[in-house]
Amino acid sequence: MESKISRRFFLKASSIAGGGMLLSFSLLSQDAAAQGVEDTEATINSYIKITGDGKIILMAPNPEIGQGVKTSLPLIIAEELCVDWKKIEVELAPLDSKYGSQRAGGSGAIRSRFAPLRTVGAAAREMLIAAAAQTWNVLTSECTAEDGTVTHKASGKKLTYGELATKAATLAVPENPTLKDPKDFKYIGTRIGDVDADKIATGKPLYGIDTRKEGMLFTMVARPPAYGKTLGSVDDSAALKVDGVKKVIKLENSVAVLATSTWAAKKGRDALVIKWETIDKLENTSEHFAGFKELLDKGTTSYSRNDGDVDAAKQNAAKILDVTYEIPTLSHGQMEPLNFYADVRDGKADLYGPTQVPERVKKDVAQQLNIPEDNITIGVPRQGGGFGRKLMDDSAVEAAIISAKAKSPVQVQWTREDDMQNDFYRPSKMYRYRAALSTDKLLTWHQSGVAIGRGVRGDSYVAGALENYRSDGQGYSSNTPTGWWRAPGANSLAFPAESFMDEVCIELKKDPVAFRLEFFEKAKKEPIGKINYDPDKYISVVKLVSEMANWGTTPPDVYRGFATWYSFGSYAAQVVEIKMIDDKPRVVKVFCAVNCGTVINLSGAENQVQGAIVDGICHAMFPKVTFVDGAVVETNFDKYKFLRMKDAPLDIEVKFVESNDAPTGLGEPALPPVAAAIANAIYAATGKRIRSMPIADHLS
Amino acid sequence: MAVLKLNINGEQREVDVDPTTPLLWVLRDHLNLVGTKYGCGIGQCGACTVHFNGNPIRSCSIPVSAIADNQIVTIEGLSENGDHPLQLAWKELDVSQCGYCQAGQLMAAAAFLEINPNPTDDDIDTSITNICRCGTHVRIRKAIHLAANNSNVK
Repeated sequence: MESKISRRFFLKASSIAGGGMLLSFSLLSQDAAAQGVEDTEATINSYIKITGDGKIILMAPNPEIGQGVKTSLPLIIAEELCVDWKKIEVELAPLDSKYGSQRAGGSGAIRSRFAPLRTVGAAAREMLIAAAAQTWNVLTSECTAEDGTVTHKASGKKLTYGELATKAATLAVPENPTLKDPKDFKYIGTRIGDVDADKIATGKPLYGIDTRKEGMLFTMVARPPAYGKTLGSVDDSAALKVDGVKKVIKLENSVAVLATSTWAAKKGRDALVIKWETIDKLENTSEHFAGFKELLDKGTTSYSRNDGDVDAAKQNAAKILDVTYEIPTLSHGQMEPLNFYADVRDGKADLYGPTQVPERVKKDVAQQLNIPEDNITIGVPRQGGGFGRKLMDDSAVEAAIISAKAKSPVQVQWTREDDMQNDFYRPSKMYRYRAALSTDKLLTWHQSGVAIGRGVRGDSYVAGALENYRSDGQGYSSNTPTGWWRAPGANSLAFPAESFMDEVCIELKKDPVAFRLEFFEKAKKEPIGKINYDPDKYISVVKLVSEMANWGTTPPDVYRGFATWYSFGSYAAQVVEIKMIDDKPRVVKVFCAVNCGTVINLSGAENQVQGAIVDGICHAMFPKVTFVDGAVVETNFDKYKFLRMKDAPLDIEVKFVESNDAPTGLGEPALPPVAAAIANAIYAATGKRIRSMPIADHLS
Repeated sequence: MAVLKLNINGEQREVDVDPTTPLLWVLRDHLNLVGTKYGCGIGQCGACTVHFNGNPIRSCSIPVSAIADNQIVTIEGLSENGDHPLQLAWKELDVSQCGYCQAGQLMAAAAFLEINPNPTDDDIDTSITNICRCGTHVRIRKAIHLAANNSNVK
């Protein structure tokens, strides 16, 4: 039976073999549902499976890349279903249209699924209660559900969900199940450990790289060594002589070596004699930045925002600030190098591997190999990080093409060097900030940006809170590829915007916290044009973090910096404390206040915020990608420097603003403000303004 | 190719491999011990850390021919029931995010606690050099302290 819950999703219950129930819902249109999109007992494409012997399996529909959704999404179902979290099992869902969008990106999984998954859990709970009430011939209102058992209080009768499941599956799905009052939440908002914690701590196979299947050939691919180069000729005679090498396959712009082990594949690849031909410009990072500067000097009158009259207002200035900030190219550097398993034979494709976009993989594999989507299955394992790299599906499509040509199952394994040279990078950028100041006021703010690719967009909270505001962005054409990197846009805009705000505060002798609060009050009471944020939420985090850090009372030998940012619906404000050790800054403590609406899993949420802050410190301080003649100089972690324990803060104190609002994003929002907060702390310590990253370049 | 005898997690294992193969890939591809992870291949990240006679080594950077009769312990052999004080501490403090580097972190920390059972923050900062891209460092440091305290109580 199928019943309309809302215009957006539908619930369906069915019995399963051996007794039990299976409750699924889909984010299909009403038409699609009416046409009868069927569940079958054999598949596990549902969110809740309760077997007759009492096993409760909850599905996690979105890819797990370290953001915690394999724990937090089923937790939402468990809360409303009223089961004992310790007794449930969780599975990562394979790709299936019944699960709606199965993406990991844009800090969106919890945001989009909170309400639907609550309804799924609540509907199942009501059906189980109804099944018990029918069995005992009592009113449903006399029965309660807790920890996987329905109880009739008056008689003391009890039945477990396992005992009730088969009957429950025959009942009508309630159209508007009653959701719990948030004050009755048993799990949501508490600390729940990662569902895979045991397996992770004992080294169980969990990741794409751990895939081992019958007949699988370990594969490595020689790809162009620089952007602007392409495959010319290849001599594979030496490669084919390497012990274990089975096949060499020439692809459009690369060469695949298939072998019986990873090492044999690598040795075979090393033995290829390839002539790469230059077909395009071999670019250099130094030219990129020279080009950015030229574009910024030339300027543009094509403004993305132009409030008031910046030109007129600056005539009255006592002082003009005009400074330039530089943002380096970054690689994703997720810990699990790219890999994908593919078995493409007889017009069918079976793929398994790390991706943030399984739907896109299916579409692109279908197109590239001319295989109907129905003949393609995609499994998504737990993943060793994402950070946006796997929003591109090149690794999956490549594996499918190789398997199809080889007529053999393959696991394509990338080396770290492959990952570094074949990334879709966080583009390098340059920003120019201009402000006109009176003796005690900010009169104008003009933000100009240039970036590789489409250009820059976005504004800080100043837009909407200042009478005379202007911003513009230009793109710089390059053959070095760019893509999404954790908190796209915000990850680079927050550094110059919040550093420049500190420069303004210092010129005007204003307290950085109080000065920002003035902006939010202004945006709240007299907004200028459109404002893209909620000033009250900004105020909530700025006030909370200043209380946490006891702002205004800096401990001895410690220097502080402040910054705040809004992204993916959530607000983060940070106070960073540094100590100067041998003239080098060490971040010793970070206070962070976050407003992300309802917190689902307090431990996971805090972990995301702490991790994003360490990520932010790392990328503010250490790594950068440099192109020389189209090749990446930083080929591995000896040159592409990540933060180590000795540079990690000793403590990161996180508090969430108490809220019953719907949850907003959390995988990304705590990262953007960090770099500026550090740079502002360094200014407090040394009087030196850092206007480019990585900060380590200023210290050597 | 060469037939080599290895002592892994207290068991004698035999492999027929190219003797230049790094231990990491012998563990993963030939012995199906995939808990030891590949991250960089040049001994920088520590995801492949195993114990060599109790000492932490980066298994990506040692050829299997150099192992001889030395004792290798991998994450699969760190404890019988997943109850090494560090494994318990990792779970108690919910350290992991993506989890990929954590086997290496645990192996590095376990060898470290053997020689320094009661470390300070500074000791941990200078001795634990593994990369965690997710940024779980603060929880890792706390978990090492927690495990050290639990071990000391015994």
